[in-house]
Amino acid sequence: MSKPFLEVDGLSKVYPDGQGGDLTVFEDIRFALQKGEFVCIIGHSGCGKSTILNVLAGLDEASSGNVVMNGKEVKGPGLERGVVFQNYSLLPWKTALNNIIFAVKARWPKWSKDKVREHSERYLKMVGLDHALNRKPSQLSGGMRQRVSIARAFATQPELLLLDEPFGALDALTRGVIQDELVKIWEETRQTVFMITHDVDEAILLSDRIFLMSNGPNARIAESVQVNLPHPRSRATIFQNPAHHKIRDYLVDFLVNRSGSAQPEQDGTPKVIDPSAGDAAPKPAPAKPDTETETAARAVNA
Amino acid sequence: MASLNVRAALLSISFLILALGLWEMSTQPPAATQATSEYELLMGISGQESRVPPPSAVIKVAWAELSNPFYDAGANDKGIGIQLAYSVYRVLTGYLAAMAIALPLGFLIGMSPLMYKALNPYIQVLRPISPLAWMPLALFIIQDSDASAIFVIFICSIWPMLLNTAFGVANVRSDWVNVARTHELNPFKTAITVILPAAAPTILTGMRISIGIAWLVIVAAEMLVGGTGIGYYVWNEWNNLDLSSVIFSILMIGVVGMLLDLALGKAQKLVEYKE
Ligand SMILES: Nc1ncnc2c1ncn2[C@@H]1O[C@H](COP(=O)(O)OP(=O)(O)OP(=O)(O)O)[C@@H](O)[C@H]1O
Ligand SMILES: [Mg+2]
Repeated sequence: MSKPFLEVDGLSKVYPDGQGGDLTVFEDIRFALQKGEFVCIIGHSGCGKSTILNVLAGLDEASSGNVVMNGKEVKGPGLERGVVFQNYSLLPWKTALNNIIFAVKARWPKWSKDKVREHSERYLKMVGLDHALNRKPSQLSGGMRQRVSIARAFATQPELLLLDEPFGALDALTRGVIQDELVKIWEETRQTVFMITHDVDEAILLSDRIFLMSNGPNARIAESVQVNLPHPRSRATIFQNPAHHKIRDYLVDFLVNRSGSAQPEQDGTPKVIDPSAGDAAPKPAPAKPDTETETAARAVNA
Repeated sequence: MASLNVRAALLSISFLILALGLWEMSTQPPAATQATSEYELLMGISGQESRVPPPSAVIKVAWAELSNPFYDAGANDKGIGIQLAYSVYRVLTGYLAAMAIALPLGFLIGMSPLMYKALNPYIQVLRPISPLAWMPLALFIIQDSDASAIFVIFICSIWPMLLNTAFGVANVRSDWVNVARTHELNPFKTAITVILPAAAPTILTGMRISIGIAWLVIVAAEMLVGGTGIGYYVWNEWNNLDLSSVIFSILMIGVVGMLLDLALGKAQKLVEYKE
């Protein structure tokens, strides 16, 4: 096997717990991403997903461990890693188009004005916003803003795209529409994506693999679930595939019953699970009611 | 029903007429029978001069002054336009100089907690000093009354701009700074393309406060240094006991101050953004 595109080795994050002691949010996080993979990470609120993503982005520093991308250690943010933030983070004084132009200019400083504009418009068109080029973010709906934000990230063609709950603030209908768009763009570009979500169905629709995180403190990435569903996928038909149910049941069971106790392999890498091939949850481990937070409830209701 | 604006305008005009009417009536010459008080006799003040002039007299002065605002008949007799122009020139010069220092320094303080901590004690001590208290020192060091007045404007308009710039820069949403970071903008580019527009509304608020204070201070400064300017003009007319001119120039100070504020208000509108 060739050297993976991205390697995360033994990350941990320690915060002061406010009472003079230390709080280890997560520890010994190990995983690797191959080029062109779409990976989602799911875990209960507060287990440290955003922190991991920010470390990958270079916006935050881990207490120990390191991240190597393309053979180079990640230190600080960089254009080869694009980020879509949960709150869109568009510059409110710029129009939708100018927000993208801002990013494209930063990525290719030598391009001519026309080329930058043409490139930026193409990506806005891709997310269906060619009619709103000249509107400011305050004049756009939440869904439209997130589309601009996604277009901005894709437009710079980063080698790794990091998405932190990009649809978390959207209503179910809008979310579905944008998920479809993301599927479409990804089929076209095949970029490597690392995405946080709370939505089991979203994760199955989009990912090649889903990382499951155990609860904090001392959270781990316990399992890596294979999503063996053919591409291109569509929201309307994906659940007709029998594998879909198996994967979904596995994920929900993990979140409801096992996220408190799950552990990775001895060597610290996530256990590889393929529900479509019959891997099922190790039985007992009765559900503790207090571990059932919002995430699990939402996953079950979805 | 008439629109709110029309009704407000009508009401404003009625208030004006009412106020002018009351003023005119209360300043009528006293009846001939009324004896001059002994105090006035003693002090040698005639009844005529001790009265506030009626609005009609002020309007007459205003008409005369405004129909030829830029005449220049010697040191103590210049048109109101010339005097106002002197004051505006001093305010703008001092103000622009303050801007040239306050904006970059404010950026530095806002972006660097170290600089903030190091400079804050000085700012806190210097800021509450009445700008006019600097006047003697300025006159002594600069040896020039005009430049001293400009210096006083400089020193009084620098604080609001400096503090607002530092505050605005320090409080730019970290999300936007992160956008700059993930796009690998260098510090200078980040300052220009992200922090400046993000902090611009706060900075402009500081600039608007500053211009207001500068205009307040210039009148007092010019009363002190004399020579030219609207402040000197007011004081000079007072010494001539020409109260109609005094009242007229007070009104002009108000009008010019309002215009300066309006200009900054317009600029503020330009840089505002909705989140
Ligand atoms: N500055 C900080 N100081 C102390 N603790 C912090 C700090 N920032 C984050 N934490 C803690 O780190 C943990 C992980 O936070 P993080 O935002 O990564 O969680 P998350 O998995 O993204 O949660 P969510 O799903 O709610 O977004 C939380 O328990 C939080 O309390
Ligand atoms: Mg988070």
